[in-house]
Amino acid sequence: MSGTAAEQLIEMDGVEKVFSVRRKEGRLRRVRHEVRAVDGITFRVPRGEMVGYIGPNGAGKSTTIKMLTGILVPSGGRLRVAGIDPARERTRLARRIGVVFGQRTTLWWDLPLKDSYELVRRMYRVPDARYRDNLARCVELLDLAPLLDVPVRQLSLGQRMRGDIAAALLHDPEVLYLDEPTIGLDVVSKAKVREFLREVNAERGTTVLLTTHDLTDIEQLCRRVMVIDHGRLVYDGRLDGLRAAGEGERTLVVDLARELPPIEGVPGARTVKVAGPRQWLVFPAGQSAAPLVAAVAERYPLVDLSVREPDIEDVIAKLYAGGRGGVM
Amino acid sequence: MVSGPVAGPSAAGGAAAGGPATDRGGPDGGGGPSRGAALAQGLRAYGLIVRMWVRSTLAYRTSFVMTAVGNFAASGLDFVAIMLMFSQIDTLGGFALPEVALLYGTSSSSLGLADLLLGSMSRLGQRIRDGTLDTLLLRPVPVFAQVAADRFALRRLGRITQGVLVLGWSLPQLDVAWTAGRILLVPLMVLCGAAIYGAVYTAGAAFQFWAQDAAEVQNSFTYGGNAMLQYPPTVFSKELVRGVTFVIPLAFVNWLPALLLLGRPDPLGLPGWVAFLGPAVAGVMGAGAGLAWRYGLRAYRSTGS
Repeated sequence: MSGTAAEQLIEMDGVEKVFSVRRKEGRLRRVRHEVRAVDGITFRVPRGEMVGYIGPNGAGKSTTIKMLTGILVPSGGRLRVAGIDPARERTRLARRIGVVFGQRTTLWWDLPLKDSYELVRRMYRVPDARYRDNLARCVELLDLAPLLDVPVRQLSLGQRMRGDIAAALLHDPEVLYLDEPTIGLDVVSKAKVREFLREVNAERGTTVLLTTHDLTDIEQLCRRVMVIDHGRLVYDGRLDGLRAAGEGERTLVVDLARELPPIEGVPGARTVKVAGPRQWLVFPAGQSAAPLVAAVAERYPLVDLSVREPDIEDVIAKLYAGGRGGVM
Repeated sequence: MVSGPVAGPSAAGGAAAGGPATDRGGPDGGGGPSRGAALAQGLRAYGLIVRMWVRSTLAYRTSFVMTAVGNFAASGLDFVAIMLMFSQIDTLGGFALPEVALLYGTSSSSLGLADLLLGSMSRLGQRIRDGTLDTLLLRPVPVFAQVAADRFALRRLGRITQGVLVLGWSLPQLDVAWTAGRILLVPLMVLCGAAIYGAVYTAGAAFQFWAQDAAEVQNSFTYGGNAMLQYPPTVFSKELVRGVTFVIPLAFVNWLPALLLLGRPDPLGLPGWVAFLGPAVAGVMGAGAGLAWRYGLRAYRSTGS
């Protein structure tokens, strides 16, 4: 299947998911409410891309993943993964996708790690040679060798997550969905997981859709990011474009020779914080820092300075606050 | 080690397992593997998962031995109670001890078999509540097989062992002229009974897609039904007997075929051929339970809770 230049592995066209929720009102009366968990989402993910999918809790991230894997049937719209309609052919699709839920292990608690892999081999009918290769590669990159004979219940959270990610890749999935893969992990484990995902994506061209609350995951792995809020996409584009979209502000931090009153009279910037000889000035992200630095240096005894990019978390928080669809 | 009990009833329980084995009901227009292939795939997955649970259980060997013995002893106490009762009386509702033992042994063996193979389905509600059912929906094998094999507990062999022992003890003492047909009737009765109980387990699990704490309702039909079927139908009121004949046809588990075997008249005055309907009843109940399962799974997949 090497037809089009950029084969679209995931296609969503106006996909909706409406839940009917019954809520108690008064003692006995129950009233039906419609909750539009996913409210008309459209996007494409070409084969081999690594995309971040972020949004606040309850925005519709998990619902989207559940529809993409066939667990949930959409209420409307069109959905294809690798050309398959997930809701209709869930078990056929299952062979071609891998899923890791950060907070839910699929490993067998009381059995050695390798037994879980053996079950995957049989359940997915992975050919022996493929299985050996894939397992060897995962064991090498994720440092699993010393863990294979250890019962899963004795693994640390980070070890278990590495184990889970390997389990999701043994059958050569074309798409890998990762839901919070680094949640609760220490810095070293996080770095290892990210490194591995980068390798898998580069080596096998596995398409990756990643939901996370840790934006460092996105910054280090994904060039493209999609932001969902209230069931709608509010941003879909490059990560660096997100800053501008969020109308972020940059910060100029200056160290003066001595304590002075807040800096005034610098056009386009305002001082937001003073701590001893150090002062913080904010200015719009789109504006150049050079004139500001010149203006400060001209009138104040400047010793040192640095410019900070807007914090991506703040940017996204602003996007959410900005409400529905405003940015697109 | 479990291949014996697994291979046998899965064929007979095919009525219960066959329908729902393809979980891709409803929205599926067609296509995909045939029904037979889906059944074979489901049974294979069932076997794979059962093996994992057995090995998990054996990771705690002592605990396993103790619960298995405990299970055997606890279900055995039921029959000890019946034997004690017969130290004071000669017949119960016109039935002598070996005849009651026949009822006891057949119902216990049937329930034990269904419980071993499908009993874990009553935990479905818990999987729905904690969201782990979703991980089963991500695998390329039928959900029904996975739910049925979930937390497979070898200790449940205790009930079957005990039921078969009581049955074996009763058979030579019965006043029955054994013909080939009558001999064949005994295992058929146990297998059909297991299929009927299995259908109840399946329907009970299907109901949990809507009401996650409905396991108790199903328990009242399985364990409750078993407690009733251990005694002769003649000691119960006619209304109750009617209810378990026509409404929830548990009477086909052992009452009707056992009456036929013992050459006793049906307390409801039904013609003799009704007793042969066991396999048909099991088939119909299995198909109904399979449909319920399909609807339940479809409802779950459209509501997600």
